[in-house]
Amino acid sequence: MTVATFFVLAHPFLTSAFAAGTAIALASGLVGSVVVLRGQVFAGDALSHVAFTGALAALAFGVDLRLGLYGGCVGFALLLAVLGRRTEADDTVIGSLFVWVLGLGALFLTLFTTSSSGTGGDGGTDGVNVLFGSILGLSGGQAASDVAIALVVVGGMTALGRPLLFASFDPVVAASRGVPVRALSYGFFVLLGVTAGVATQAVGALLLLGLLAAPAGAAQRLTARPYRALWLSAAIAVGSMWAGLTLAYVVPTVPPSFGILGVATAVYLGTFAWTGVAGRRRAYPGNAVGPGAGPEVADVA
Amino acid sequence: MIPGTHQWASVALVGPGPNPVDDLRRMLALHFMVNAFRAGTIVAVLAAVVGWYMVLRRQSFAGHTLAVVSFPGAAAAIWLGVSATAGYFAGSIAAALVIALVPRSASGRPRSQESAVIGTVQAFALACGALFVSLYGGFLDSITGLLFGSFLGVSDGQVLTLGAVAVAVLVLVAALGRPLLFATVDGDVAAAQGVPVRALSVVFLVVLGCTAAEVSQITGALLVFALLVMPAAAAQQLTARPLLGMGLAVFFGLAVVWASLAVAFYSPWPVGFFVSTFGFALYVGAVAVRAVSDRRGSTGRVARPAVGRAAGLVPGAAGR
Repeated sequence: MTVATFFVLAHPFLTSAFAAGTAIALASGLVGSVVVLRGQVFAGDALSHVAFTGALAALAFGVDLRLGLYGGCVGFALLLAVLGRRTEADDTVIGSLFVWVLGLGALFLTLFTTSSSGTGGDGGTDGVNVLFGSILGLSGGQAASDVAIALVVVGGMTALGRPLLFASFDPVVAASRGVPVRALSYGFFVLLGVTAGVATQAVGALLLLGLLAAPAGAAQRLTARPYRALWLSAAIAVGSMWAGLTLAYVVPTVPPSFGILGVATAVYLGTFAWTGVAGRRRAYPGNAVGPGAGPEVADVA
Repeated sequence: MIPGTHQWASVALVGPGPNPVDDLRRMLALHFMVNAFRAGTIVAVLAAVVGWYMVLRRQSFAGHTLAVVSFPGAAAAIWLGVSATAGYFAGSIAAALVIALVPRSASGRPRSQESAVIGTVQAFALACGALFVSLYGGFLDSITGLLFGSFLGVSDGQVLTLGAVAVAVLVLVAALGRPLLFATVDGDVAAAQGVPVRALSVVFLVVLGCTAAEVSQITGALLVFALLVMPAAAAQQLTARPLLGMGLAVFFGLAVVWASLAVAFYSPWPVGFFVSTFGFALYVGAVAVRAVSDRRGSTGRVARPAVGRAAGLVPGAAGR
């Protein structure tokens, strides 16, 4: 932390980046753990693109950006929750829906660009910023509100943690023990939608996807216990965020998104090497390593 | 350089006239529109056939990722000063091989690690794209074109490349078609009968990567799905027969591309919007038709077993 403290003292904008980045990484790591456990990273990916359309729609119609962002994300997340109830997380349905939403995004981009072209507007650049984020360009006020929203997600995940993991891992057994599986699913998708909204705005859509997938995938390779994986994933996400931001600061040509995702991807790659060396029995069963391997449900049940 | 979507707005200053035949002639008198139709046709046929397998194998997330990673490939190619086309293919094929390293888990299990790996590949590749853009010193204007495509600015040479790759991929799919179908419908039985299921899986990912790279040059990386998923998904709602389904998917794909190009030519709105909207409308229409016919008590869901039966690969009554 001394290194981080040094940067924070040296540059005010790094205070914002580290504060917002830490809170968002914490939220993404926790939510991502459940996303990966359910095998629904595609849904998270779709949401990050929906955020793009929502933000562009808000820009095109001249309303508050956050309204389009959170409205679009939470609405689409709830739609996925409703559809997922009948069709088991059908990737075709998700794909068809979100490509249409992206097509709408292309339309809004055109509408926004042409409506502001008289003044030489840079709508295309704004759209690109939504996709790649600009964590180093956050204002102090924006960072504060991002931290607050991300901490609400962290609180929600802390409260729902164990029952949500149980319901995600084995919905039938969980339901028979009185766990409200469906209500938890809706709650989880709302948290995912809010995470997508806050992360896309602050750090960009691609960073959101990486922070959902890589730390959680790595954590699940390191421990078979879902509850332990939940917090390990959050820790890896926060560590990647700090290391990546530091890297981006030290080497100016490295964009922050590349620094953060480079570290997260390296950690994930490392777990493949680690479980390859330290015995494949410890690896998570989602990878189908052996007949007897199963997650330790006693951890959450 | 690939032009941005905004160029469509300047084309559309001329509205449609009273005579549709004149309109068509006027549109096709422009060489870039002819090339757009040529490229769109090639891409629609290829995407529909490969997409039919992809939808059946439930690899839409992989397909989307392979399409998106063609963008950093192209960005790297531009940075290095080589042809963007080579970059598209290199990016997608490299990502396909990485994804193929992770074994697919058995059907029915939550595919946790598979989805995490694909997500990581996509995010990291896009981050590499951001790095290349940063190293190159910015070609932000063309990013919109890379992501959303434009159909415009397709040169004669590119049409030839697209055609050659499409023919090669389609020949490969035709040669592998039946074992690939068998491995998809029932991997365990296929493996027991000596079908190289794992090798087919790797080859199919590479085929998917080539297709995604090819389509993304025309539709842009983000809207590849409009041609890869939607026509095939609509066709699979309507029939379980492989050949009929692929034919139907090709028909849908061509209809979507041709209608979108024609409408976008006379509209200020981007062609990507029309492609995805027409495709989505087709898919929703097919789901509705299917729901109505299911209610009337005809055959059940079109699922892998139904496709297997229709192809005569799995014992049981033939599908409709």
